[in-house]
Amino acid sequence: METYRDLPQSTYTLQTTESVRTGTWRTIRPVLDRSKCVRCYNCWKFCPDMSAEVKEEGDYPSFDYEHCKGCGICSNECPTGAITMVREESRC
Amino acid sequence: MPKFTIPKEELECKGHSGCAGCGATLLARYTLKALGPRTVVNVPACCWSVVQGVWPRAALKVPVIDHAFECTGAVSSGIRAALDIKGIEDVNVVGWAGDGGTVDIGLQALSGAVDRGTDMIYIMYDNEAYMNTGIQKSGCTPLYAWTNTTPGGPNGEWNLAPKKRIMEMLVVNGIVYGATVSIAYPEDLIAKLRKAKQIKGPKFIHALSSCPSGWKIDPSKSIEMARLATLTGIFPLYEVEHGKYALSKDLKSKPVEEYLKPQGRFKHLTPEMIAEIQRKVDEDYAALKSKCE
Amino acid sequence: MLDLMTANAAAAKAAMLSRVEVIAAYPITPQTSISEKLAEMVANGELKAKYIKVESEHSAMAALIGASYMGARTFTATSSQGLALMHEMLYWAAGARRPVVMPVVSRALGPPWNIWTDHMDVMGERDTGWMQFFCENNQETLDLILLAYRVAEDKDIMLPAMVIEDGFILSHTFEKVDVPAIEEVDFYLHAFNPDVKVNFRKPRRYGSLVMPDWAMEFRYNNGLAMDRAKKKIVEAGVAFKKAFGRDYCSLLEAYRCDDAEVALVIAGSAAGTAKVAADRMRERGRKVGVIKLRVFRPFPSEEFRQIASTVRTIGVFDRSYTYAESGTICGEVRNSLFSLAKDVHVKGYIGGLGGRDITEADLERIFDDLLAISHHGKVDRDMQWIALRDGSLRW
Repeated sequence: METYRDLPQSTYTLQTTESVRTGTWRTIRPVLDRSKCVRCYNCWKFCPDMSAEVKEEGDYPSFDYEHCKGCGICSNECPTGAITMVREESRC
Repeated sequence: MPKFTIPKEELECKGHSGCAGCGATLLARYTLKALGPRTVVNVPACCWSVVQGVWPRAALKVPVIDHAFECTGAVSSGIRAALDIKGIEDVNVVGWAGDGGTVDIGLQALSGAVDRGTDMIYIMYDNEAYMNTGIQKSGCTPLYAWTNTTPGGPNGEWNLAPKKRIMEMLVVNGIVYGATVSIAYPEDLIAKLRKAKQIKGPKFIHALSSCPSGWKIDPSKSIEMARLATLTGIFPLYEVEHGKYALSKDLKSKPVEEYLKPQGRFKHLTPEMIAEIQRKVDEDYAALKSKCE
Repeated sequence: MLDLMTANAAAAKAAMLSRVEVIAAYPITPQTSISEKLAEMVANGELKAKYIKVESEHSAMAALIGASYMGARTFTATSSQGLALMHEMLYWAAGARRPVVMPVVSRALGPPWNIWTDHMDVMGERDTGWMQFFCENNQETLDLILLAYRVAEDKDIMLPAMVIEDGFILSHTFEKVDVPAIEEVDFYLHAFNPDVKVNFRKPRRYGSLVMPDWAMEFRYNNGLAMDRAKKKIVEAGVAFKKAFGRDYCSLLEAYRCDDAEVALVIAGSAAGTAKVAADRMRERGRKVGVIKLRVFRPFPSEEFRQIASTVRTIGVFDRSYTYAESGTICGEVRNSLFSLAKDVHVKGYIGGLGGRDITEADLERIFDDLLAISHHGKVDRDMQWIALRDGSLRW
């Protein structure tokens, strides 16, 4: 997108927000202790940023640190305390 | 056996600009899981105007029409009229608006759309204030809440008006189906939206959307607060079909204090105010239950 | 087919002939009979459309923007207070490039409460990005709506258009109107098939938040579309003449200007009166002409400069007032002639507000005034209210 000639006719979108690395927002990050995880999938269910990912039923969840904002909902909703929020040491 | 209790497919994209812990982004995520891709969403000025990100990026995998603040109901009517004249019958029309944009500035357009029998699902995501503009009182701000326009002070100018009874207003207006839903109960939300999808006519969903930024709570408590709203009877889960009320589940079991105390916007509440809130919640809950018999 | 009808009936007929698909209507004097006529046409099957009985004009425009995004041809009509109420959504329709066509039955804005014609309502909307067409009579009301759809829906334009008919003078007065057959109109105006509309295979967000780094370029592009409309209107006019015989091949109509010493710019129904006044003056040997402003947006600057190359004294009649030292049209005419300022005199006249009649006598006095300016070689003052009760026997 260089000049006005490259614009679409009106303000409709051309791509998704997936390329936006909202992971840079956070100051704490979720860390999973698999030994405590019972795969209830609360974390996947309650993540507002779709960043607690489960590929298939049966898998353990993993975190998309490119997008995770560090809100801590996953940790708060985990019934077994398998997720701890850890302070970020440096920029992700 | 580990199971997903809600549909797996995501129609909301990562990288959206919602605050950390934003209830409204969860509401949209669940709503679209229930309704699917043949859905057009129209959105007025509200948090979701900004949550969707900045051009050229979109945060939802369904068509979205953004428009001015007060006309959500009207735009929904227009979208449905066009679909009707073109003979397209399998598309959900979803008006997606905040509380201020619904009960205050958007009330006329919504009332008109309902009156006209517009086949739409109007979803009010209620974060209980004008949050997008930085936390100002709306018609859905609860009694005694702090906002930037009800900041307390020596005159005690907290919000002194109770929430507008929008569900009751719209039931009288003529909605064919109404329901309250919450991010703390996603399975219930999805079941209700799927049900709404099958009903023709104007449908209204009152969705509680916890807001860490505006309620002054830790983002990690977003779901917990929404859950407590229901467990204290402040936000009961129910449905209304053609004026007939039905409680989804009688979950009232905790004192309102458990919900109010952790929230910064209520930290100034005196025991008298809390008692008054408890009394009103008990009354309203009892009234709701009697309507459900 | 020749028929006798009001401009409102002509407007409704034009909507029917254009096969509009979604109508949103709210009543306001003197537009109401358009809404009623359309309701009748939809009810008796003459027009296959969805008619949304909205609860305000703001909602009318909002509903049509939604419908237009889904690919439907859209129509509404309003006046005065209703147009003012729609103001926010007029910006939206134009900014979103949705080609809504809307007859506006011009009416004064209150206070004072006044249901009769003037152009203050439409002049207040000139910055919205809508094309604006003024009608001299009921025939033009019908014709310009058809032409407006053709231009508005052009893929290079995609701008909404308002077609302005003077309240009561045209809207409620019966005149002869030649109504084309719908089959003929189908040749002139094809089905609405926009490139930009909601598509479920390619879901997009329409009406996004644009940061300062690109917002200006979107606005610039909308401006370029308005510029392109000048040529498209002429082309549509040429095609109209071929299809229906009537001439709309220009953004303004220069009446007896070829050898005129002075000319009066005027828009709307009073342009017809001005032509009669001009004829009377000509009978008395005075070389006067009328420049009927058919299209106000886009503004025909080039056409004005062309006329001013030979007509050196130009009066501009504004049926509106803008609390400044010139009326709206006058200011824009002066602006377009700025490069010729040394050689051309321009004077503005304000009149006809709140439905005050603009008589042939009034216009003949204006022509006399302009001729005096032409003879003395200077303008006495920039702007003058005419037929005002100010105690003088003259104005």
